[in-house]
Amino acid sequence: MTEVAIVGIGIHPFGRTDGVSGRDQGAVAARAALADAGIGWDQVQCAFGGSDAAGNADAIVNDLGLTGIEFVNVVNGCATGGSALTMADRAIRSGAYDVSMAIGFDKHPPGAFNASPAQYGLDEWYGDIGLMVTTQFFGVKIQRYLHDHDIDPEVLALVAAKAFRNGALNPNAWRRTPLSPEAIAASPMVSYPLTKYMFCSPAEGGVALVLARADIAHRFTDRPVYVRSTAMRSRRYGTFEVFSPSLAPERTDGPTVQAAAAAFEAAGIGPEDVDVAQIQDTESGAEVMHMAETGLCKHGEQVDLIRSGATEIGGSLPINTDGGCLANGEPIGASGLRQIYENVLQLRGDGGDRQVPGGPLVGFTHVYGAPGISACTVLSR
Amino acid sequence: MNVVLSHVPPGARLLGDGVIEGLPDAPHLVGSACRACGAVTFPAQGSCNRCTATDVDRRPLATTGTLWGFTVQGFPPKEPYVQAHAPFTPFGVGYVDLGGEVLVEARLVAGDPESLRIGQPMALVLEPLTVDGTGEVVVTYAFAPVDAAGPSSEEHA
Repeated sequence: MTEVAIVGIGIHPFGRTDGVSGRDQGAVAARAALADAGIGWDQVQCAFGGSDAAGNADAIVNDLGLTGIEFVNVVNGCATGGSALTMADRAIRSGAYDVSMAIGFDKHPPGAFNASPAQYGLDEWYGDIGLMVTTQFFGVKIQRYLHDHDIDPEVLALVAAKAFRNGALNPNAWRRTPLSPEAIAASPMVSYPLTKYMFCSPAEGGVALVLARADIAHRFTDRPVYVRSTAMRSRRYGTFEVFSPSLAPERTDGPTVQAAAAAFEAAGIGPEDVDVAQIQDTESGAEVMHMAETGLCKHGEQVDLIRSGATEIGGSLPINTDGGCLANGEPIGASGLRQIYENVLQLRGDGGDRQVPGGPLVGFTHVYGAPGISACTVLSR
Repeated sequence: MNVVLSHVPPGARLLGDGVIEGLPDAPHLVGSACRACGAVTFPAQGSCNRCTATDVDRRPLATTGTLWGFTVQGFPPKEPYVQAHAPFTPFGVGYVDLGGEVLVEARLVAGDPESLRIGQPMALVLEPLTVDGTGEVVVTYAFAPVDAAGPSSEEHA
């Protein structure tokens, strides 16, 4: 079975860059990834890319070169980057190609995301009456979760404070000023119990990754990071996801649980072996819930892990070491790839001020998006 | 915010085509129920997303239930939200378990999270959402805490 390695990574700083289109940010990331791999665009044989608000991702061939390759656009909400990587990996793993690229970029207007009901197969009245707001789902889900697992709401502010602390160490992050848990808790309420600074904001940014067959990776880099597995899942009947006008009485595990379990099983690596993890933190409560849903800890254990510092960069389970969506913002097409970019940096030992000590071997990523999609990867040196 | 149970004011627009039926005397939400597997969903649709069958019936849903989970929307949603430009008051959003058949998402007639709790009895109401400018009144469905409801809701419960 063909193995796959990530041999080149590139990023455009996240946040707000006036005067630079989303696609141009993607092109910067693509060129950086190609340079990192020591190749030209003409050596990329296949690409998967996604952008929610900056035009079709494949329009970037106008900037990079019209080489006639298979370039498929990916549209999977906030999970787009993870889906793109899953496809770029499979293109090589299947034996179809030797070198592929996964790319994502976006440039969102300020304010909350404003998806249209029709995009998700919903009737117009759903948006007319004010339910087409992603923050509501996260508010309801964490409100219920804190209740079910007896979790102190204090963790919501603690996780957000960690995000901004880590963002301060990340030159590519948007929000680079530490904020105290008190200031976070006191910020305006967005969707109870989540306040403004507990939520990510739509933003801008671009990431590109060059993948290659593992047995030729040495041609591109002396520090390949291997994709041990990828898994992408959508929602099953009975789950609780964004934009759900109703729920079934019998609830079942969501796509995060399914995708994470599938990724760990396919990799032959367990969550207990993970040295660094980047998991979806659309809001700080999402990081808390996803810690358990991915299997990194048990439901309810989060409080002790967070309070004890285990999820800090120097802890036993570093989570969202680059500041996550909270500190980087959320350019939908790019975020899932940013997570993988960060894990590759960490595994290469290039984390700089935010390097996880001890030479991390295994990185895990988890991304989640509307209308109930999750994509996970297991990476290792 | 006035809670109007069974009246759609003259000239008002009912939001939710086919979602609310039984006006004026017995308003209720309508979902669909699968004949093959029994799954109930809201709003009504032509197929079953549990078993793929297309053998579904429209099903009137219970008008009372219990609150499963909630939040309070703290900022005005953007257009096409009908009150996007009106003076904003926070509104509850949550899921109400209707008789164990299905949990429906709804606006909640409550803006203070302290007034809401998991397991709270809730009753279907019609909520007017007035649009500034044109002055058109838009009415949609919502749920109100039973213990906070006024005499008019007891009359029609």
